[in-house]
Amino acid sequence: MANALSRLSRFSVVPPIWLFTAACAIFFSLTTENFAEIGNIQNILQQTSTIGLIALGMTVVMINGNIDLSVGAVVALAASLAVGLQGEIGMLAAVGVGLMSGIALGFMNGMIVWKTGVDAFIVTLGAMIGVRGLVFVYTEEQSFFAMDFAYSDFGMSSVAGLPTLAWVFLGFTVLMHWLMTSTVHGRNAYAVGGNREAAINAGIPVGRHMVINFMIVGFFAALAGITLSTQMGASTPNLGREYELWTITAVVLGGTKLTGGTGSIIGTLGGVLAIGILRNGMNLMQVPAFYVLVILGVILIAVLFIDRQVNAVGKEDVRI
Amino acid sequence: MNRPATHTAAELAELKARAPLLVLDAITKRFPGVIALNDVTFDVQPGEVHALLGENGAGKSTLMKVLAGNHKPDAGQIHLEGEAVHFDSPMQAKNVGIVLIHQELSLVPEMTVAENIFLGSLPSGLFNTVKWRDLYAKSGRILDTLGCPFAATEKVGRLSIAHRQMVEIARALVFTPKVVVFDEPTASLTDAEKGVLFEVIGGLKASHVGIVYISHRMDEIFTVSDRLTVLRDGMVRGTLVTAETDEDAVTQLMIGRSLKGRAKSEAAADGAVALDVKGLTCGTLYRDISFTVRQGEVVGMYGLVGAGRTEVAETLFGLRTPQEGEIRIDGSPVKIGAPPQAISLGLALVPESRKEQGLVLGMSCRDNMSMAQLDTVSSGGWLRTSAEQEIYDTYAKRLDLRAPGPHALAVNLSGGNQQKVVIGKWLSTAPRILILDEPTRGIDVGSKAEIHDLIRALARSGLAVLVISSEMPEIMGVSDRVLALYHGRLAGSFDAATLTEDRLVQAISGL
Repeated sequence: MANALSRLSRFSVVPPIWLFTAACAIFFSLTTENFAEIGNIQNILQQTSTIGLIALGMTVVMINGNIDLSVGAVVALAASLAVGLQGEIGMLAAVGVGLMSGIALGFMNGMIVWKTGVDAFIVTLGAMIGVRGLVFVYTEEQSFFAMDFAYSDFGMSSVAGLPTLAWVFLGFTVLMHWLMTSTVHGRNAYAVGGNREAAINAGIPVGRHMVINFMIVGFFAALAGITLSTQMGASTPNLGREYELWTITAVVLGGTKLTGGTGSIIGTLGGVLAIGILRNGMNLMQVPAFYVLVILGVILIAVLFIDRQVNAVGKEDVRI
Repeated sequence: MNRPATHTAAELAELKARAPLLVLDAITKRFPGVIALNDVTFDVQPGEVHALLGENGAGKSTLMKVLAGNHKPDAGQIHLEGEAVHFDSPMQAKNVGIVLIHQELSLVPEMTVAENIFLGSLPSGLFNTVKWRDLYAKSGRILDTLGCPFAATEKVGRLSIAHRQMVEIARALVFTPKVVVFDEPTASLTDAEKGVLFEVIGGLKASHVGIVYISHRMDEIFTVSDRLTVLRDGMVRGTLVTAETDEDAVTQLMIGRSLKGRAKSEAAADGAVALDVKGLTCGTLYRDISFTVRQGEVVGMYGLVGAGRTEVAETLFGLRTPQEGEIRIDGSPVKIGAPPQAISLGLALVPESRKEQGLVLGMSCRDNMSMAQLDTVSSGGWLRTSAEQEIYDTYAKRLDLRAPGPHALAVNLSGGNQQKVVIGKWLSTAPRILILDEPTRGIDVGSKAEIHDLIRALARSGLAVLVISSEMPEIMGVSDRVLALYHGRLAGSFDAATLTEDRLVQAISGL
């Protein structure tokens, strides 16, 4: 059994989380009436797009061997800027400022990690607390409402039968998949995460790749904040709390290792959808919300445990 | 310079006729409190293998790091093809054709062989995309020239250590190199693979590449090098033409004294049988292994990497479960399910990889030594420092451990002393059967002899010792009896006193 599993994992191109995602989808299609309806699937895609966008960036940073805990705070900052500044500088410029704030904070995180050598976990933990503080300073604890109706219309709009935000997410998924599998930057990110010493010896500009990847996750966190606020037509200073945890959960479920060097965007997409489907499906089954959290926590550990078993068997085979 | 004039007239003339390819001229490098390199001059001719020897800490690595651009020298100059060069980073050195093949395998296990070969210089096209076809074609060609038996698309994590070493070498060939530095290239290679490596070096020589060859292994240096330079305490102690010198002379230069003869083994055939293994089988790893180890006896286990040596040891220590066979300790049959059980039965295993399996590098020597028996040094869950200190004192003295003190971190010790800490840790559990897997891997010549003496002394004190090694001189020198493994099967058991190297090579090759 274990052997068969390991063989499966070796030859399957699809990350194993997709088996789980598919199983969940089938299970909920059979047990609930509404799960497989078009409307519900659109719903899932729209709901997962926020965490999904952040997860795309987080995957890259984690493959690189780092982590970014400040994404939730950046979500709030970008959303507050994009909504709050609309009255003064116009909608598009405000969105631009929001996105830039994410990229700038990512740059800062990356530079600090690179130049000081302090662990990314600590640096971004500091950023998570500090940036949240900045959000409260800027908003004075107020929620902002979008003045421009086009803003919230965008969040609710659809193109060719799918929510626009779902398209945004899927589009960026394809782009990031290409970045990680086909470009030198992507491959070097794997190399740095897989064996940092080796990367340095090989002359890979380790610091530069790291900073770029932090800027990428900053951009995606800001974008997620903005898309989330378009859905609500508003921003609140507490937006995005615990998003870093949900994002990391999705990325890890997708097969990316906290230690770096392994992982894929396709896996992350599977992880994001798995969480989205589970939440949505259990909701349809009317599982009380608190139990949903308990079940998700158990599933996270169970899935990683199974993954570990499968991979451990694979390694033993190779030693012969 | 204190260079003895040992070149023959003819050779001297020939060397002078060729301009030196690379000259490290009077290099001095200071670190806080130490002069790592003191006025070191070293040159390489095109098409020459110049070996660099010295004990750990003699300055070899520092010299090579200066050459490769990792360190800047405080004084002195580097000339390549007659021109002075300065390097601020390894990349710059690489770009002018100086390539270092690292001792520590610096590969990315999750990536393919081809990606590793071109790490840092992936061929790229429009939008920075990787040209995969190009990458695999080029890598394939390099692997072919090296005669590598694995594909460029294979993941490095799936390769054996020896094959990874080949990837490391393949990597050097990407840049048409002028100077290649091999740092301990054979540390994990079998004899057959060494042969391939020497062929590669021959090929590089033929294309006028200059080669610096760093190794602890005397036999290799005499096989492969044209000249050799010995460093000790950061100074050049001599540059000799290899053909005109011998091992003793070189060893003397290295350690500044001559090595005393190895303690001769005394017959240990009359001790009681401590370990008796019958028909041990573990899947495809090894089959039908039977042998005995007596008290006071050193039994060597020799075979190629992958022949099942380490796996047998792991089984004895309860890390693997055998499907068939019987293990008897002091005559009574035992089932060993996990290491704690093995320890309580009087077994101890000094593992293959000291840094990964043997030590907690960030912990002190004392804490490392007491680690295997925290039960006996604690009462009610509280550690008794005095008991720990007692263990440290006893074994530091018995093993002649040279550490700054009990609180020195293991990471800061030399390889030989690290190994002593591991051995001390196991001796303190008062074992009756000691298994040592590659006890002197990566340890310099002086400490190696010390570890060998120690193994003999332990046997004399009544321990049953099983030594696993891939170094033939070690196995033949230290053992009373030698077991040869071939493809997971016992290919022979020999008395070390009458065993010849040829016979042993035949046995481990299945002849």
